Amino acid sequence: MRRAMISRVADSVYWMSRYIERAENVARFVDVNQYLTLDLQVDEELQWNPMLEVSGDRAAFEAQYGGSDQESVIRFLAFDSQNPNSILSSLRSARDNARSVREVISSEAWRQINKMYHMVRSAADSGKVFEDPHSFLDEVKEGCHQVTGVTEATMSHDEAWHFLRLGRMLERADKTSRLLDVKYFLLLPSMDYVGTPYDKIQWAAVLKSASALEMYRKTYRRIDPKQIGRFLIFDNQFPRSIRFCLEAASISLHAISGSPLSTFDNKAERRLGRLCADIDFSDIEEVSQTGMHQYLDGIQIKLNRVGDAIFETYFSLAPAIVDGALHRGDS
Amino acid sequence: MELKEYGDVGMNIENYRTEGFFDEMFSGDSVPREASDLLIKRLEDLSSEEIHFRQQAAEAALYQMGITFAVYGSEAAEEKIFPFDIIPRIVDGADWRPIEDGLKQRVTALNMFIDDIYHDQRILKEKVIPPELILSCAAFRPECVGVDPPNKVWCHISGVDLIRDGKGVFHVLEDNLRSPSGVSYVLENREVLKHTFPRVFGPSKVRPVEDYPNQLLHMLEELAPPMVDEPSVAVLTPGVYNSAYFEHSFLAKQMGVRLVEGRDLITQDGFVYARTTRGFEKIDVIYRRIDDDFLDPLAFRPDSMLGVPGIMESYRQGKVALANAPGCGVADDKAVYAYVPQIIRFYLDQEPIIPNVPTYVCWDDKDRRYVLEHIEELVVKAVNESGGYGMIIGPHATASERASFVEKIKANPRNYIGQPVLSLSRAPIIAGDRIEGRHVDLRPYILFGKDIYVLPGGLTRVALKKGSLVVNSSQGGGSKDTWVVDR
Repeated sequence: MRRAMISRVADSVYWMSRYIERAENVARFVDVNQYLTLDLQVDEELQWNPMLEVSGDRAAFEAQYGGSDQESVIRFLAFDSQNPNSILSSLRSARDNARSVREVISSEAWRQINKMYHMVRSAADSGKVFEDPHSFLDEVKEGCHQVTGVTEATMSHDEAWHFLRLGRMLERADKTSRLLDVKYFLLLPSMDYVGTPYDKIQWAAVLKSASALEMYRKTYRRIDPKQIGRFLIFDNQFPRSIRFCLEAASISLHAISGSPLSTFDNKAERRLGRLCADIDFSDIEEVSQTGMHQYLDGIQIKLNRVGDAIFETYFSLAPAIVDGALHRGDS
Repeated sequence: MELKEYGDVGMNIENYRTEGFFDEMFSGDSVPREASDLLIKRLEDLSSEEIHFRQQAAEAALYQMGITFAVYGSEAAEEKIFPFDIIPRIVDGADWRPIEDGLKQRVTALNMFIDDIYHDQRILKEKVIPPELILSCAAFRPECVGVDPPNKVWCHISGVDLIRDGKGVFHVLEDNLRSPSGVSYVLENREVLKHTFPRVFGPSKVRPVEDYPNQLLHMLEELAPPMVDEPSVAVLTPGVYNSAYFEHSFLAKQMGVRLVEGRDLITQDGFVYARTTRGFEKIDVIYRRIDDDFLDPLAFRPDSMLGVPGIMESYRQGKVALANAPGCGVADDKAVYAYVPQIIRFYLDQEPIIPNVPTYVCWDDKDRRYVLEHIEELVVKAVNESGGYGMIIGPHATASERASFVEKIKANPRNYIGQPVLSLSRAPIIAGDRIEGRHVDLRPYILFGKDIYVLPGGLTRVALKKGSLVVNSSQGGGSKDTWVVDR
């Protein structure tokens, strides 16, 4: 029989994976936005502000940098070690977590994370990135994909692997929802743009930010905001849609506890199961009625509560001794 | 030869000078020893460019494997690898035999000594060692008196530091019986060197070191309490900030066992449990890399945050096994070291196979007088420190450094020993575009289970600075792979 994981180790594996996914998402967002600035003849600040909204760090940025010109924003999102969500900080956290679980992840996985961290750290010291952000960001994306690939191909698909996937999928669902939210939030007020080429470019950029443009075209062909919302929230085949991520997360969560998908063994499974059901029983029409922002905000709140329940169920170190016997702190 | 294209001239050994030291790989100026012949010839074939390329490749491999330590004080949290020289230190298989026998003899006697100290204290009653010397030892643990560890083994894992003098005779410099570190470097250095010199390694008949994790796991499993069918083994680490953390994690991984921190463990009804995602699971054997002092706040230092409250009681009840056994440090106090030849004679009725370095114990009036009078020609060490800390090398120290040590010795004579400055043997390293001799020592690793296993070779530490005698990694030392070769 396979041994259960040490709670602290499971916690680190989960966060390692979330941080890698976070770094990749930031790299992708920045890359697409940087590309977008080449097409759109708008004020630089207007173009870069949304980036800060996605990561939810606008206040921290403004306190430190003031103006949101391209170089400042890239510096903040890629290399600022004061910004806990920067690529460098995320990779540092991923690596710190990986280092504390080297005995459970494969050596290949560790090496890949270590290599990537060192790559970003030395890029932070050279100035070259600002001349050619694309090459650097591409390297980060590829490096993160390699981590996923290498864990897929070199690790047993055991409990540790499921915690990795759980972390990755929850982080990804969260990032897709934020991305969609910010673009809606920013695009909707300026109805003047609707139907103009710039509008199309922006919506295509939303899809690109989620690496979804090509797959979207295969399904819907034409750029249409409503279909984009449908694709990024409800598609059951695209690996970055919220529904796909949550279903994958749910499968891993059940694989960890060993309980069938249709039943609930703990609070985390119950909360995630309910969130999946919410999505199953709603559609884009309903989202439009509720309002995209409100809908996505609701998903983010529920995702946080799933995260809390995972912590309580699996990672919490508080022992519970009931009637002289040891129990896991479950409620 | 495909490598010729890299450069014009090969590495030149014509100018290699032993400068009057015993050299591990040369019997005289430019004359390789038989066991090193193949490697030296290969070095001559390779251009210095190619050698540098291989040195860099080896360093890059170690860097990527994350075998690094943090450089404190630099804001960017810079990391460095432990310096590593790609020229292996080669030990002739015939020379290795007596070392192996000598190490087995030594740990057998030391183990009997520890067991005696915590039981009958025969050796003290018969005045072979002055009782006050042992009872005043900081590593003597009254909590361990009367404890019977599984199979009566106390020092399961040891790393004995050996040095070779001007005539090539091996001496024991230190017995490290608590948590000797470095074995992960032996295994990783070997991994890297196989890629560095594949064409020499193959034909050289180098004794493998790769079996160490297996041997370690087997030895640990033997310690499990009776009635436990499939023992659950764990490595206990102080955590990621410990300088040997890489090794703890490496060994756990190599053995396929859990790596735990004190906060992962609790005790209940005398048993030790780990907090897992499926509740609490019993742990039977712990390879602990935490000092006695921090192991259990209920038994030792109450302020320890690293330990497991109650683990000493579990250990005394035989419900968990600990390696090495708490209290075993009494045998690697540097003042006790001076008595190891007597210890070997007392328990085994044999002469020591590997001699000690002559040692003056400042606790003894006559020895202390000698040390104080000759401090400018001696190495003086604190008895309970390691890593090159708490010591001075008389001839290299300033007058005021010596004066301050004189005061320290007078204030606490029990805490110091003196030894003559030895002319450590040397081995060649890559120094720029040539090879040059540097001083080395050797730390073989010994596993004491139902049988005794000695890892062939061990960690060769090298003082990379020309003329330096300090090999500790904390003081500018590096390491080399060590090949025990059979001819």
